[in-house]
Amino acid sequence: MSTLQISGLEVSVETEQGSKQILRGVDLTVNEGEIHAIMGPNGSGKSTLAYAIAGHPKYSVDGGSITLDGEDVLAMSVDERARAGLFLAMQYPVEIPGVTNSNFLRTAKTAIDGEAPAIRGWVKEVRESMTKLRMDSSFAERNVNEGFSGGEKKRNEILQLELLKPRFAVLDETDSGLDVDALKIVSEGVNRAKEATGLGILLITHYTRILRYIKPDFVHVFVNGRVAEEGGPELAERLEEEGYDRFLPGTVVL
Amino acid sequence: MTENDTTTRGLATPDGETAVEVTGTGTRPAIISDATNRHGSVPVQTRNERFTSTDVHDFPEVTGREATWKLTPVDRIAELISGHLDGSRYEFEAPAVEDIDVAWVPRSDPRIGLAGIPEDRASANAWTMFEGALAVTVGGEEHRELVLTRSQFGSGARAAHTLIEAKPFSNAVVVLDNAGSALLSENVEILVGDGASLTVVTVQDFDDDARYVATHFAKVGRDATLKHVVVSLGGEVVRVNPAVTLAGTGADGELLGVYFADGGQHLEQQVFLFHQAANTRGRVNYKGALQGEGARTVWIGDVLIGPDAVATDSYEQNRNLVLTDGTRADSIPNLEIETGDIQGAGHASATGRFDDEQLFYLRARGIPEEEARRLVVRGFLTDIIQKIGYAPLEERLTAAIEVELAGGRR
Repeated sequence: MSTLQISGLEVSVETEQGSKQILRGVDLTVNEGEIHAIMGPNGSGKSTLAYAIAGHPKYSVDGGSITLDGEDVLAMSVDERARAGLFLAMQYPVEIPGVTNSNFLRTAKTAIDGEAPAIRGWVKEVRESMTKLRMDSSFAERNVNEGFSGGEKKRNEILQLELLKPRFAVLDETDSGLDVDALKIVSEGVNRAKEATGLGILLITHYTRILRYIKPDFVHVFVNGRVAEEGGPELAERLEEEGYDRFLPGTVVL
Repeated sequence: MTENDTTTRGLATPDGETAVEVTGTGTRPAIISDATNRHGSVPVQTRNERFTSTDVHDFPEVTGREATWKLTPVDRIAELISGHLDGSRYEFEAPAVEDIDVAWVPRSDPRIGLAGIPEDRASANAWTMFEGALAVTVGGEEHRELVLTRSQFGSGARAAHTLIEAKPFSNAVVVLDNAGSALLSENVEILVGDGASLTVVTVQDFDDDARYVATHFAKVGRDATLKHVVVSLGGEVVRVNPAVTLAGTGADGELLGVYFADGGQHLEQQVFLFHQAANTRGRVNYKGALQGEGARTVWIGDVLIGPDAVATDSYEQNRNLVLTDGTRADSIPNLEIETGDIQGAGHASATGRFDDEQLFYLRARGIPEEEARRLVVRGFLTDIIQKIGYAPLEERLTAAIEVELAGGRR
């Protein structure tokens, strides 16, 4: 069984005012087939965790470890991490002018599998995934994320998740900015990917709304760069009712 | 992409994308005027009022401070500006193509001088010294394609004169494929007859030590279309200045350029598009990449919409992608409007560093760094290449850019 293990992770980010510590010792273990929801107020470090796992150069790891089945993820480059089976669905997917989505998907698939996919089967697979995500076939020939609406960009992220078949996926606020229809489509896509490959998921979200469609096995509440509370799905329900107030400074904790 | 200059504001392009307009960039002020506000307070003459002559002796010695020379390394092309030039015939290769005649013609050919007259000393020097012109004459109405290969200019200082005439209603692609060594100043005259459709592509794929200065003069007739493409890849100093006049009602000019400067290379283009007649449409779109210590590019784009050019539709833009430190890209768009009754006119310029977020995104999908870089740069330049409309050349240029990115040229 595959395991993504995060231990004592400390991460800082470079800002114009200098280095600023964001994560202050995060412990998290995700096994394949599990869905972990990471929740928390703005600025609690949720997205920093996502970027640190993916290896964004702006974030520096000052302590702790990330391992994938015992392999040191922190020693890998960004693309090596992806090839090792990690996937980050980004909150703000990047536009790549002049590079068509189909070229991009095929290049990524080839890089991850170490060989080019068989043309016939690949084209069919892309088309089917796009249909399920209600993406018009024209999106294959459009440039990556260029001129896509917010919802279209998120669907494009989930398309990549389905096609690249990672072992672990970090979904960074995939639900933000989606209307209810798009939220359902995207959630179905995530559930489908999990059904198909049994991947483990770190679902980062500010709201409990997406948890109606993607059922978490575990919920972790991030506050001030640490896990402040952990539990099962019932914790999400409590957050839905109470919000994050009881975790914030100046609030009396009962 | 970040903008590197002083005054920027958002501007919607005709394609609906958001561009950024840059005025007052570089060292020369932008000129924006209209019929009610003649040239404002900007101390520059209207673009088509520059001094012209075919005789080099009518021009003063070049100091390097002139508007047309101040961004050019004039000391490296001094021979071309004021030295003696060998104006004799040179070897070229051109396959026989139906409806296209390729021949040397004398200086007395009546077509010479119809498309334009030199505005700078290097151009006038070539005009003074050339002995005969190489004339490409396109007739018929079927679509024709000609690649004229020129790689035997040699290393002595030379002058050349080339004439490309598309007879009315003809339809052709003419490629000037320039390679090898060269120390050359050339004038290229392009005449596009009424209703004709002509694509002229000039490829500068010279050896590393080549120095090449060219001025292209084009005159586009009624309801005619000229697509003019400048591709500069190889050479130590390469300066290609196209000046296109949309002279007939309904004329269409699409001026494209793509360039890739490596360390030590100077690639320059000063583009002038003159909307002289009514109902003309112009698009200027140049894109360049810079890589390596001392890589240098200059783009100056002048668009002039004359007093008779009502209902003009015009847009010009230049974009540069900076891949490494130690490079410099000058980008200066200028727009003059002398009639209030136009459909639209705009300009944009942006010079940006390689976007690390694009690189991260591609790498986060497993694509190795070098391949990700190639994808981004190829993507940046590809829309120009795809607009050329001549498949064999498009493939070759895509491959050439791969070589540039791999650092294979220098």
